[in-house]
Amino acid sequence: MTFSPELEKRFTALLTRYPEGRTRSAVIPMLMYAQDETGAITGEVIEEVARRCKVTPLQVDEVVGYYSMLHRKPMGKFHVQVCTNISCLLVGGEELYNHASKTLGIGHKQVTADGQFSLEEVECMGACSWAPAVEINYDFHHHVTPEKLDELIRGLRKSQ
Amino acid sequence: MAKLLFNQPSPLETRIVSKNFGLESSETLDVYLANGGFKAFKKAKEMTPEAIIEEVKASSLRGRGGAGFPTGLKWSFVPRTSPKPRVLVINADESEPGTCKDRLLIEYDPHQLIEGILIAGLAVDAHVGYIYIRGEYRYLIEKMDRALEEAYAKGYLGSNVAGTGFKFDLYTHSGAGAYECGEETALLDSLEGKRGIPRMKPPFPAVAGAWGMPTLLNNVETFSAVPSIIRDGGAAFAALGTPKNGGTRLVCISGHVNKPGVYELPLGYPMMKAINEVAGGIPGGKKLKAVVPGGSSCPILKADECDIAMDYDTLAKVGSMLGSGGMVVLDETTDMVRFALRIMRFYQHESCGWCIPCREGTTWLRKILQRFYEGQGRREDISLLGELSKNMLGRTFCALGDAAAMPTISIVEKFTEDFEKYLAKQNKSELVTI
Amino acid sequence: MAEQVKLTIDGREVHAEKGALLIEVARQNGIEVPAFCYHQDYTLQAACRMCLVEIEKTPKLQVGCTTPVAEGMVVRTDSDLVKKARKGTLEFLLTNHPLDCPVCDKGGECELQDMVFRYGAGESRFVERKVHTDEKQWSPVVFFDAPRCILCYRCVRVCNEGMNVGALGVGNRGVIAEIIPNKHDHLECDECGACIDICPVGALTSGAYRYQTRPWEMEHVGTICTHCGDGCKTTLGVRNDEIMRGNNRDQTGINGEFLCVKGRYAFDFTKHPERLQSPMMKTAKGFEPISWARALTMVGERFSLAKLSHKKFGVIGSNHTTNEENFFLAKFARQGLETKHIDHHRSGDLATFFDALSGKTNALATADDVDKAKGVLVVGADLAQQHPFLAFQARANFRHHHAQVFTVTTGPVREDNYAAASVRVQKGGEVAGAESLRDKLKAAGDLVILFGDAVQGDALRKLIAFGDSLGIPVKYICLVDYANSRGAFDMGLIPRDGGMSREQMLAATDLDVLWVVGANPLKNAKLASHPFMVVQDLFMTETAQQADIVLPAASAYEKNGTVTNTAGQVQKLTRAISVMGTKTDLEIFGQIAKEMGLNLGIWLPDKVFAEIRKSVHGYDISPATLAVSPAPTMPLNGRVAALPGAIQSAGDTLFTSGSLSKYSHTLNSVMEAPGKLYGGER
Ligand SMILES: Cc1cc2nc3c(=O)[nH]c(=O)nc-3n(C[C@H](O)[C@H](O)[C@H](O)COP(=O)(O)O)c2cc1C
Ligand code: SF4
Ligand code: FES
Repeated sequence: MTFSPELEKRFTALLTRYPEGRTRSAVIPMLMYAQDETGAITGEVIEEVARRCKVTPLQVDEVVGYYSMLHRKPMGKFHVQVCTNISCLLVGGEELYNHASKTLGIGHKQVTADGQFSLEEVECMGACSWAPAVEINYDFHHHVTPEKLDELIRGLRKSQ
Repeated sequence: MAKLLFNQPSPLETRIVSKNFGLESSETLDVYLANGGFKAFKKAKEMTPEAIIEEVKASSLRGRGGAGFPTGLKWSFVPRTSPKPRVLVINADESEPGTCKDRLLIEYDPHQLIEGILIAGLAVDAHVGYIYIRGEYRYLIEKMDRALEEAYAKGYLGSNVAGTGFKFDLYTHSGAGAYECGEETALLDSLEGKRGIPRMKPPFPAVAGAWGMPTLLNNVETFSAVPSIIRDGGAAFAALGTPKNGGTRLVCISGHVNKPGVYELPLGYPMMKAINEVAGGIPGGKKLKAVVPGGSSCPILKADECDIAMDYDTLAKVGSMLGSGGMVVLDETTDMVRFALRIMRFYQHESCGWCIPCREGTTWLRKILQRFYEGQGRREDISLLGELSKNMLGRTFCALGDAAAMPTISIVEKFTEDFEKYLAKQNKSELVTI
Repeated sequence: MAEQVKLTIDGREVHAEKGALLIEVARQNGIEVPAFCYHQDYTLQAACRMCLVEIEKTPKLQVGCTTPVAEGMVVRTDSDLVKKARKGTLEFLLTNHPLDCPVCDKGGECELQDMVFRYGAGESRFVERKVHTDEKQWSPVVFFDAPRCILCYRCVRVCNEGMNVGALGVGNRGVIAEIIPNKHDHLECDECGACIDICPVGALTSGAYRYQTRPWEMEHVGTICTHCGDGCKTTLGVRNDEIMRGNNRDQTGINGEFLCVKGRYAFDFTKHPERLQSPMMKTAKGFEPISWARALTMVGERFSLAKLSHKKFGVIGSNHTTNEENFFLAKFARQGLETKHIDHHRSGDLATFFDALSGKTNALATADDVDKAKGVLVVGADLAQQHPFLAFQARANFRHHHAQVFTVTTGPVREDNYAAASVRVQKGGEVAGAESLRDKLKAAGDLVILFGDAVQGDALRKLIAFGDSLGIPVKYICLVDYANSRGAFDMGLIPRDGGMSREQMLAATDLDVLWVVGANPLKNAKLASHPFMVVQDLFMTETAQQADIVLPAASAYEKNGTVTNTAGQVQKLTRAISVMGTKTDLEIFGQIAKEMGLNLGIWLPDKVFAEIRKSVHGYDISPATLAVSPAPTMPLNGRVAALPGAIQSAGDTLFTSGSLSKYSHTLNSVMEAPGKLYGGER
């Protein structure tokens, strides 16, 4: 399968980063970057990464199942991840998650009908001192209140 | 990229590793060099590897990743003369709930980290390093990559580091969402493109780590502390803390405090002072209920146990740990059943599933806590929670099992009354319905 | 000898090799340390945590499966703490286990059941809902029931390390972690079933056996697999004269824990509906069933008549009937029928091989040597496809003893995956290919050379001369295809002293009688003459269809006797079932001899073997020896005369075996499932 030239460049760089003959090491970063471009880890992506890293598709499949950021089904264009782990929990993380769920009309790992948003209740993501925290795709938002979240979502809706 | 809103510094801090935080463009090499950057590396280049390691030993620096292992000692385990090349691995997986400090070190001072890594490279004769950064920190990977690019461009990485002839290559490596990959050997498997399953020890990574090569693995903050140790001397760093607990560390204060944030405090800093003064006390004049001293894995402390100095040995004496520096403050309104449940949900989600006690233990404990929280608790569940946790403790393949068991044991034992309250509520509602 | 240490286990002083694993040392001293994930042949996992023991001066309990013993160690495996820990682990394990023992195939031979029985945790404090997922079918023969799985990873290891197939892995993580097949929802593999066998619980079950019976309702008969020349022991589970399953539970055979798809599942040809169960006679209207008495009388009469009038007899024997049968048939032909036209389908050049080795001692390798030699050289053979067990041995040698394995083949073979060097040659270039490895082979120290039909005649003599020239100990295995190819040769089913070869018999225009036993020479060939033809077989093969009389024979699983594998190891067959209407070939020979009034001796397997001991070189093996272990033969009997006729491997694969595989429902079903695994190079 073909990827964008930028991604191809990244893959080439990745494959030379590790010691001689250790191309398997590139599997996880490759899957992450491939997912960003293709939206999900499909069987085709698995075969392709396996081929490039010189491992069996099964070895890639095993990895895909293990890591929580790798998805086999496409998430929304904006993947809203709300942390409810302890630091966030203490300052309203769970309420924030419930609010997000109501606003978007979807539950954990679900995608809105228009494919624009998906929601995920996530584990601690390293924003404890600025809780509650939300990560939308790869962007962090700190000290998020329900109002602030609504505003964020409104902004993203408009941005298309 | 949204603008990050980090906390204001506190005047009570002793800023060593965070000294450049807040400087304009602190992430650039020029600013780093202008503030004394790479002096330590050049000094280290003139020292013997043994002398570098001695200096680190003298600093009493202990690993900032969680276990608090003496760093100099760890460096001395790496066989410098092994025929296999040595590898440095920098643990930037930062996933222990309550912890958010490595993030700042990479964001604000990546060249300090690079310098620390290079000094470690000199000490163990390694010429390549991999910074394993959790996948959620994608923006940080990008920032780190930019810093690396700059360092390469200006000759601070590559075949002739800072004109000294020392060769070193440094790369980032992305994780993909797994707490267990913070555990050093699981991290190595992940770095090798596999599921993050911990490895059997021995052999220890120092002897056979990444791709079977001798590997030195430390936390981001541990490496970041090294330049100042070499620059100003191990003794000076050690003197900041308490005996065997050298220097300062970044404490991430979160939860019920007025000014949550990451603050650099010397080891041995009074815990109550950190809560009340550094972090501005508990909002609404509420009383302290408990403190998680160093990330969710640490046994919890009751309010009356918190009048202590924050160093590894003191925490150990009260049966807890300094851990990763993630200090979570709980006020009197906190529901400990809910808190315990959330912790266990985390560990169940993150258990790699390799060994039976952790995989099944976390699941069972979570189910009991869930049921309890939903009003279906039984009196015998309280003791069962403790017993099952103890059946996990010390019997799992890696420390994740312990990390799940320890806080649970301490919560059930120290806050039994919270569980009793649930039973009492249930009984009443039963009376009403009958 | 490695350094010895002294330690104490449960108050007993024991001695052991330094660095040996505690669990092994304990077991060797009769102290049971329970374990699920530990398996002596595969990599250590330390995942099940059942083997926890107490070691003095270590604060935590330690796993016995990865702890090396050391001088002065004081170990307790029976303390209250240890017992409590085992019970605790079992209790954890049972939380998500469905406890459906009453309907589970493994019930009665389940390690988890046994463990709970022994160490407690029978009643659980678990009152929550269990994680449930539905059972999955991964292939016609492999079913997976995830909730029963205890994640000991034995199946994954046996597939990766033992079979070198790597078709199983682990998916997801945490409590939903589960074993996954290589094609996401199905398996593409050798279908060897090793995963099923090694599974300590009923998570992996066999499509051929599941829900059919309970282990205790079966009789377990250890015998030798009839499908290829490697001679694996297979234990047949028999109920009411029906074979329900084949496995290697009884790991006493030369194959230890190994079995391939054929050994495990391909016993089902025995109950194929087309199985012949009555003698048949060709009439104008086609074949008609006749009684045994009539059939035997007719054959006896026709044979006697032909012999009296000095007619020309041809006898084609079988490469999968027993040594006793082959010996008896050879004698029948030479003494009874007074013919020298005797042959069988030969798949390796044993004649040249023995001749070239004449005078050398210790030059015949056994299957065990393939697992022990420092070097293994495979010349002109696809070991993984055609000699699955020897391929397993070579792999095991590589894994356990770091053997250097070399391949010289015309195309890629699976051994290349771990071979120290692989050489690709054109057909005919095999020996030159081997010669190109001279220095590497020499450096290995000692060597076993396995070669297929690609190396015969002069090439074979050159190969052996090359072996001699290496100056290191070299042993050989001449690879032959069928369960008793080697035995057929040794027992004399060969055209000695100017007899016609198989091809010559078919081409002869003056053949009067042709007697074909357990062979199908007319599958792709024509008969030039119109002899009176008697065929003994299990099915109406192409050859049987042209016969005048067809006699329904018993299969190897239906008879006693001995067979000799490709490495020359003699092993005992034990009758598992009998199929109505059939007779063993030996009995058929005896009855015909009786009809003819010949005295060829008693036709009981034991008695015939006693005769073989006396007259066949290398077969002087006592019944006692044979009862407990396979015995290697030593047929180095001076010069062996060259034989006429073609030598050709049957080109079988993992999923085919002579004419029998056609009648195995299971083999046919898995053939469809996996497709081509090896890119179709051969
Ligand atoms: C379950 C588990 C998770 C861990 N997560 C992290 C982590 O996210 N970051 C980290 O630096 N160390 C983590 N550790 C500790 C590492 O195993 C290791 O001790 C540490 O990175 C060594 O570096 P140090 O000596 O500099 O602390 C974790 C340990 C365990 C058992
Ligand atoms: S304790 Fe066991 S299951 Fe848990 S994370 Fe470690 S190895 Fe995996
Ligand atoms: S046998 Fe030791 S942990 Fe499984």
